[in-house]
Amino acid sequence: MWKWLHPYAKTEETYALCGRLYPWFLWPAIALLAVGTVWGLAFAPADYQQGDSFRIIYIHVPGAMLSMGLYAGMAILGFIGLVWQIRTCYMGIAAIAPVGAMMTFIALFTGAVWGKPMWGTWWVWDARLTSELILLFLYLGVIALYGAFDDKIQAGKAVAVMSLVGVINLPIIHYSVYWWNTLHQGATISKFDNPSISSDMLWPLLLNILGFGLVAGALACRRLQNEILTREMRRPWAQTLLLSNETGAK
Amino acid sequence: MTVFWSVFRRDWLLAFRQNAEFLQPVLFCLLVVTMFPLGIGPSPATLQKVGPGIIWVAALLSSLLALEKLFKQDFLDGSLEQLVLTPGSLPMLALAKVLVHWLVSTLPLLILSPVLALFLNLTWDMYWALLCTLVLGTPLMSLIGAIAVALTAGLNKGGTLLGLLLLPVYIPLLIFATSAVESASLGIPFTGQLAIIGAMLLFAIALTPYAVAYAIKVSQN
Repeated sequence: MWKWLHPYAKTEETYALCGRLYPWFLWPAIALLAVGTVWGLAFAPADYQQGDSFRIIYIHVPGAMLSMGLYAGMAILGFIGLVWQIRTCYMGIAAIAPVGAMMTFIALFTGAVWGKPMWGTWWVWDARLTSELILLFLYLGVIALYGAFDDKIQAGKAVAVMSLVGVINLPIIHYSVYWWNTLHQGATISKFDNPSISSDMLWPLLLNILGFGLVAGALACRRLQNEILTREMRRPWAQTLLLSNETGAK
Repeated sequence: MTVFWSVFRRDWLLAFRQNAEFLQPVLFCLLVVTMFPLGIGPSPATLQKVGPGIIWVAALLSSLLALEKLFKQDFLDGSLEQLVLTPGSLPMLALAKVLVHWLVSTLPLLILSPVLALFLNLTWDMYWALLCTLVLGTPLMSLIGAIAVALTAGLNKGGTLLGLLLLPVYIPLLIFATSAVESASLGIPFTGQLAIIGAMLLFAIALTPYAVAYAIKVSQN
């Protein structure tokens, strides 16, 4: 049943798969983001309380969702890598970490920009803001740890362990800071049975969430290809590929 | 169990035969705490307000410094590799090393804690809560820290990287511990926070030895 997964333990196959997936992620992402962002920023009705400032959610919410989703993805890859000893997974962690850190930064930055007119301050030590900031530190830790090793196989195992430690800790961090201090507004769209957002506002948001997800997928694919090529530079298949690209370009 | 006790004995003797180093983290902690009244002013009310947080942050930082040495010596002279090769259980062995490390470098901090409490003008109730959180919290710190220390044992640039990896992970502990002391200062029972820290400690005792053992193997490559 799992037979179709096995070839991807070989980096060569994964490289090819990423190459095939990349356009499927990229072009829909551009289309969705264009539609979602223009619709959300220009045509969706203004909020009766927050006015036009609420439009930041079209960037903020997708960024925040992906920042957590990508960390979970990293931890799952780490688990698979440690259990079944698949080094493509370690490369995947290294590929995803900077994308996740970027998404976390987007969420924090847009949150700060929104907080200035709404709460009257760029930053408060609120639970969600704090846990998002800690998430950014966890990502930076993973990136730094991966960079610190010269032996990248060792580095891969190390980041896999650290991302698992982080993922066990994330819920604890989340609930501890939540209990510590809270100002952020509650969840809006996850209440599926009775969402407290009008559908005119919801649709562009959903488009953008999907678009951000696809962009993250595209970036992760590209980064993974890059990682594989750098690591496998000495392998025959990589050299043939690089040489054929070079002659093709000329 | 014999592996546990023999490693325990060996590390214990080693620590006392090289006794120049193991008081350094405690002195560091004392110095950090001394810096704060000089930095923010000697008003007793302010010190009492920020005191528990300062003591805990100082304890976190000094434990980071101390942890760095946990596997370093053994890694450099190759005895860590020999320990990996012993037929005994590696998680138990890692647990023994962490336990000795805690006894040698963190227990002095607990003994010193009345002085810290005195410096920062903590009341008796606050000090009692602080001591309870330190007793439960510092072993947790050593256990979780040991994972990252074992992973980075082979690197020459351990220090700052260790802080970057571990400080975010320590945050829940810091929050629960300082909130316990704050509850104590208001005369509210703080058993809830202690129970959470205790639960995290038990969880860590059960799981981290395996993670540390794996991390040691990774560092041996």
